[in-house]
This record gives sequence, C-alpha cells and structure tokens, in this order.
Amino acid sequence: MNRTISCTINGTERTLEVEPSEKLSSLMRRLGLKSVKVGCNEGCCGTCTVLVDGRTVYSCLAYAASVDGRNVRTVEHLGSIDRPNPIQQALADEGAVQCGFCIPAMVLSAEELLEKNPRPTADEMRKHLDGNLCRCTGYEKIESALMKLAGKEEDV
Amino acid sequence: MKRKHQVVGHSVRKIDALSLACGKPMFVPDLVPPGALHVKMLWSPHAHARITSIDTSVAEAMPGVKLVLHHGNVPRVAHTTAGQGFPEPSPYDTFMFDHKVRFVGDRVAAVIAETPEQAAAAVGAIKVEYDILEAVLDPHDADREGAPVIHDQPETHVPIPVPYEPEKNVAARVGMDIGSIDDAMAAADVSLDHTYATHYAQHVPMEPHVAFAEPANDGRITIVTSTQVPFHVRRIIAQTLEIPVRQLRVIKPRIGGGFGVKQEILLEDVVALGAIRTGRPVYWKYTRAEEFISARTRHPIETRLRMAATKDGVVTGIGMDCLSNTGAYGSHALTVVCNAGSKMLPLYRSPNIHFTGTAVYTNLPVGGAYRGYGATQSSLAVECMVDELAEKLGMDPLQFRLKNHIRSGETSPVFRALGEGKAGVEQSIGSCKLEQCIKLGAKEIGWRRRGRPENKKGRYRTGIGMAALMQGSSIPEIDMGAASIKMNEDGSFNLLMGATDLGTGSDTVLGQIAAEALSTTIDKILVYSSDTDMTPFDVGAYASSTTYLSGSAVRNCAEKVRKQILKVAASMLDCKVGELAIADAMVAKKDGTASVSFADVATHSMYASDQHQIGDMSSHITHKSPPPFSAHFAEVEVDTWTGAVKVLNYVAAVDCGTAINPKLAEGQTEGGVLNGISFALTEDYRFNSRGVMQNASLMHYKIFSMRDKPPIKTILVPSYEKTGPFGAKSVSEICINGPIPAIANAIYNATGVRLYRSPFTAETVWRALAEG
Ligand code: FES
Ligand code: FES
Repeated sequence: MNRTISCTINGTERTLEVEPSEKLSSLMRRLGLKSVKVGCNEGCCGTCTVLVDGRTVYSCLAYAASVDGRNVRTVEHLGSIDRPNPIQQALADEGAVQCGFCIPAMVLSAEELLEKNPRPTADEMRKHLDGNLCRCTGYEKIESALMKLAGKEEDV
Repeated sequence: MKRKHQVVGHSVRKIDALSLACGKPMFVPDLVPPGALHVKMLWSPHAHARITSIDTSVAEAMPGVKLVLHHGNVPRVAHTTAGQGFPEPSPYDTFMFDHKVRFVGDRVAAVIAETPEQAAAAVGAIKVEYDILEAVLDPHDADREGAPVIHDQPETHVPIPVPYEPEKNVAARVGMDIGSIDDAMAAADVSLDHTYATHYAQHVPMEPHVAFAEPANDGRITIVTSTQVPFHVRRIIAQTLEIPVRQLRVIKPRIGGGFGVKQEILLEDVVALGAIRTGRPVYWKYTRAEEFISARTRHPIETRLRMAATKDGVVTGIGMDCLSNTGAYGSHALTVVCNAGSKMLPLYRSPNIHFTGTAVYTNLPVGGAYRGYGATQSSLAVECMVDELAEKLGMDPLQFRLKNHIRSGETSPVFRALGEGKAGVEQSIGSCKLEQCIKLGAKEIGWRRRGRPENKKGRYRTGIGMAALMQGSSIPEIDMGAASIKMNEDGSFNLLMGATDLGTGSDTVLGQIAAEALSTTIDKILVYSSDTDMTPFDVGAYASSTTYLSGSAVRNCAEKVRKQILKVAASMLDCKVGELAIADAMVAKKDGTASVSFADVATHSMYASDQHQIGDMSSHITHKSPPPFSAHFAEVEVDTWTGAVKVLNYVAAVDCGTAINPKLAEGQTEGGVLNGISFALTEDYRFNSRGVMQNASLMHYKIFSMRDKPPIKTILVPSYEKTGPFGAKSVSEICINGPIPAIANAIYNATGVRLYRSPFTAETVWRALAEG
C-alpha cells in the first residue's frame, strides 16, 4: 500500500507517493536529486547524507515516509556553480575535492555544524564529520578548507 | 633548474571541483537512462566446485525477468579481466561464466529484470547443483604434490611467452640474479634473513563498481562505466562477446575513486550482452559486500628477504623471494609480484642482487591492481630490514639509507632485468632528491628526539620510524597515451584525450600542461577525456603514468598547435614566423609594432583566407620510467597493555619532479598516506574455514575516518625530470607504500619489538609484545 506524504524538499512543498519500504535515498534520487549518493547502503559511509529539519540523516537508512511533514535539503539547494555556498567554494579552492563522490554529503555535514557553531575547533570539526568517509583525500584538505572557512567567519 | 611558468606549478582550482561540490549528476548511476533493466548476480557459495546442473526455468518465468545468463548461453572465451597493455601479461584463465567456480563470490548466473527486487527474487529461484571440490585456502598448499588443480580447463593459456604452470597452480614466475646473494651472505660482516608478510585488503572506492550499457540508435552499444581503462574495456568486451570493436563505444564519466580496482573489467560484459539480447539499457552496480568479495584485492605477498652489508654499512647483497597469492584468477599476477622486486630492489646499490617472484592460485578472492602495485607489499620487507640492519651495525637507519640509496646518474641492473612480461628497459636515474626528502622529513618529524627503545618505560610509549621509497612513472616502451587539440574562434581549445581522471585531477593537470604550452589560461582549455568514440587512445590511468606519459602527449600536441598559430599569425601580420612571439594568448611582433589575439588567429583561419582547422594530434610512448622518490616518517604511540597503536604524526616528503599542481599533488599524497595507514593498522579480510569472507561490510572492515586521521604533513621537494612534461614525474602511487614500514619501525622504536606481518592490529601487536 503506497502512502502519500507531504514535505518540503529544497524549498518546494511536495506531495509524494511512496512505498512503505522505500528508502529516503531512493526517493531523493528518483526526484532527480543525484547529489545523494549511495556508497554502501548500510549506514556506514555517509555519502547518502541529507539534511532533515537541519540535521544530517543517512538517507539509505531512513524511510522515505519518515520525512512526512519535514523539511529536507540537499546540496542542490545550497549552492550552484555560479553561486556556490561558502563551504562548496572553500572545498573547491583548497583542492579538497578529488573524485567528489563523498563531497556533497561532506558539505551538508559541515553546513549542519557551521549553522550551529560557526567557529568550531579542529577537534569539533573532526568529530562532526566522522560519519562521512572519504577514500581519496586523507581528509587533510577537507579539514584545512573548513577550518579556514571557520576562521574567516570569525574575522567577519 | 628553475623555470618560470604561468600555469604549471600553480594550484589552479580543479576544473570539475565546483560541479562536484554542487552535486551535479556526473557519475554513472546519475546517468542511467529511464527504463533500464537491473542485474543481480548469483555468486558461488563454494570455494571450489563444478556446476553439474543449473536450472533457470523457474527464475525465467518470474515477474519482470527478461534474461538469465549462465555458462550454457554465453560465448566461452578465455580472457583476463585485467585492463593492461595488449597482449596482456596476465593469463587468459577467465570466462564470462564457467561450469566451475573457483572462489566464494565467483559468478554463477546473472538475472536481468525490470527491478532490482525482481532480479534478486529470481536469483533465489535458480537451482544449481554443485560437485564440491577440495579447495586451496593457503598459498603454501597451492603447489604441493596432489593439490587440487584450480585451472584445469584446456582453454587457459598465456597470450605472451611467460612462465605459466596452471597444473601446479602457478599463475606466474619471474626472477633475476646479479652476482651471488649466497656468496654475499657468506662473506658479510652483518646479514639478516627474515620472512615478512602483507595481508588482503580492498581499495574501497566510495563508489563501488557500476556500469550500464545502452543500445544506440545506430545499432551499436554504448557502455558507460566507472573504469580506469575505457579503451581496454572496449577491446576486452569485444573479445569476450565476440563482436567487432567498432560495435562498442565506451564512456567514462566522473568516477567515485579507483585506486587500481577499476583497472579491471568486471561488469561491462554482463551489461553489454544484456543490452544486446534485450534491446534495453541494462544497469548494474555492486553492493558494498560484492565490492569486497567479488571485485579485486591487494595480493597478499610473503617475502623472504636477505640482506648483507660490510661493517661500515655498505650493502653488499640483497635477495628477495616473493610468494604472491593471486586468488582464484591470475589478474595482474605476474606484474604485481614482479613490481615487488623491480620497484624496491633498485633503491639501494648492491653488487649482488637476487629476486624470485611466484604467484600461486588459491580458492580465495582475486588479487588485482592496487595503488603501489607490489611495491607496497615489498616495502614492508625492505624498509624494515634496512632499519634492523642499521641497528645491528650500530648506525642511524637514516644515515644507512643516505649512504646506500641510488642517486642521479646511477643505474641499477634491475631496470633492465625486470620488465612487465618481458625484459625491462635500461635507464639511469635523472632527477633524485631522496637525500633532501630524508633530511627535510627528519627535521619536520623531529628524528633526533626519537630515543632508544630500551630507555622507554611505562604503559604508553612513543616511537618514530621512517621508510625510503621509490616507484616509477609509466611502463616504458609498453604504454601509450595520445591527445588531440583543436582551436575555436574565441581562442579557446578543445583538449581531447584518452587519459582517465579517477578523481585524481588529471583532467586539470593535463589542461594546465596544455595551457602552459599554448601560453593561455586554464579556462580556455576545454577538457574532454575518456570516450572511445571521441578521444584518441590512451592505455588508461595506471602505473603512475598519466602526468608523465599522457602529459607529454598533451605537451607535444600543444606545441604543434602553437606552431600552426604562429604560421597563421605570420600571414596575418605579413612577416616571418621568426619575428613573432607568443605570450598571454596573443601573438606579437617582437619589435612591438603589431599583434593579433588567439581569437583573431582562429577566426582568420576559419573564415578569412587559407581556411583550415587549427589543431593536431600527438601520441607518446616513454623510454624511461623515472622514479619519484619519497621519505616517510611516522610517530606512533603504543599502548603496551592493549597493543593498540595510534599514529600521532606523519610526514611525507616527496620528490615527484615538478608538481604541475602542488595542491593536487599534496592531496594525492595525503590520500595515499591515510589509505596506507589504515591498511597498516585496521583493514583486513577475515575468512572462515571454507574461504568465506566474514567481514564484507564497512561496519566490520575499518577504513579510517576523519577522527582517526593523524596530522599528515606533505613536503614537496621539487626536482626537474628532463624527460617529463615541464619536469614532472609521478606522485599517485608512491605515497601508499610508506606507512606499513614506517609504522612498523616506529613501533620497534617505541617498544623494541619487531613486527614481520601486517596488519598491526591491537591483537597482533599485543601478541608480539607478549612474546617479546
Ligand atoms: S550509503 Fe548511506 S551510509 Fe553509506
Ligand atoms: S573525494 Fe573521493 S571519496 Fe572523497
């Protein structure tokens, strides 16, 4: 039995039909939000991260139906190539984007942290991004990009 | 040699970085056409068995099922899944489907259905009867008398004349001798003889293997795949499906990491045949568990190493005997074990050198190309033994390395003796800044404060260890890369090349080389790569070749185009080419009286007079494989109560020639180092007694996260390699080889206990400490 849910996705209110077993990652990708990757489908890699009411959620674990009445955001909403969000810009400028498969999720996790705490310590940053695996970068440039960004916000 | 460059040597932003950070649909799963069918594979539950019967009738009748493929209904063509130069140095021992299964996770049958769920349900309905055979689960048992023969089918063969004895489960053999290691050992003032071993590991690209194939309107098939080797995919799929190469177009879009595992053709045959037979697009993506079990792994290698030296610390002999476990198929079997010798043995001068490499079949997961490619495995042996030998001589291991390592202008007989499936290519070392790497790295980590193990007390002990490394850049006189450039009327250029960017940034680096050679900016270079219909050939991304090899093709091509630009400009300005100079996308008379822009030149060549397309194509092969050099330093803390090892600091000083893009070169190093650290400390395959991997999940196979990461400091030590584009060598592979030996040596420095087998988990370290 399909279920009808209403939610806000990237700023637009939507009414959607979902199967009870459908995962949120599948719904997102079905809607064309291809920034939501599925690296493991078992809640371990974080590449499927989305923001639900401002909090990061592994969309491969969450059911699509669970976002009924909620606000879901992905990086498609955060910035565009012409007007990137500062996190996207910082990662790109610092050379922190290698294959890029982990990066949209990384951006969302960083967004969640910086929204709450614009000046995190390196330790807070590392703890917060712990659920987002990256195999290419060794995290070094991701960390330095985000710490520079946090430092910059401090100056403002 | 210092040269001034406008684009090369600058950390320009990776050209696809913002698109990727904005989540644009650029990966294979993002591009799947609507209405694609889905694949699910039935994998072998047995390590070694013959399929006596297979009944797919129930499965075929199930809802949504379009096709079931198995050994009874596909072409039977012996081939290798290894994407290497042709004819390959790997045995042709693989069939699309076979009536025998050789490891848990081998293919049995594929279901292609409307939905993944329908395909999975049908897989469960396939009835297979097996005649279970004795399995070889230990490489030491592989060539024993009476061992079961894993490849007993008559079609199996090697396409080039290399030693191959499948009846003994020997997939490859290689060796060389210079002088006599036995005499050197007998005459040595000090010598050591130990056996080291490295373990199974997987590449774990964040994106598992994924591909789709689609029937094109002209009756051909387009394969879009996450691969490092699009041209090898085209050739090998044409071979296995017995169709002409021209029937296929292979495209690599952005891919989510490779590290060697995508140098393997694992999915494309199924999706392509599926598309041919159903007339529909067919899509297949490995699950994470399938990536662990059925993709490729790092060959575990056991290395017996002998080293001899005089009492004043001069190496007189080095002997290496490697036993590599290639698993059920011989993919990269010969070349990986050969590289264990060829990449590490030349590092130290020695009058006596001995090497043998044997790769054996077992009924375990299959080895393949993995960043470092054999050198990762043998660096544990060589660099730990050098440390121990120095200690025995009462020398600082750092000084011992400085005294013995190969230098500019020197050569090694190993270069000529060991090639990839044939003799190697003689070369002398051009650029080598290993000494500076060692000195700068030592200073950065604080080598002087490392102390001696016997003076360290208490539960937590810290130690510092190092490793020296070398790799290569391309496979000389085998690999080829090509590029073409055409000019547009606004003065921009299309750079088309077969080179394959895995996320490494090679599109950017090669774009920078083109921009530099054409005296323009990177935004004027429109890079398009890895599409077998549109771009010229390239062997693909492996063997640390892209910057050095494909980069030279790009540079040569850009220089030809530059000459064409000058010629057109000379006719426009009515002067001789020699009177002109190019700078900043302008051609000007040297006397400063007149100039034309690139846009003027291109527009003129298209519309005004003597119309022609400004553009050219170049190919490049190399006659050298200049090694990058590196010195790695690890500082660790060992909890002597639990055996837990924590890396506190890591320094990698690397001589990669000119770093075309320093930030990307650092990023390569940092990524490789962390992968190496995690390989050294936590990653491992655990098998049960039937050869079944017990931890095929990121829950139980631990790769390092951001919180686990120690600070990693990269020091780029510039050198200038005359044969490389703008002085460049390579950087991608060397960095993964350091952590295993550097950490082992640091653990020794902390505790006084030497480790000979990886990984260094808390349990193995605790046991070694307990045994003293
Ligand atoms: S895909 Fe969801 S955590 Fe990996
Ligand atoms: S950039 Fe490739 S996984 Fe992070």
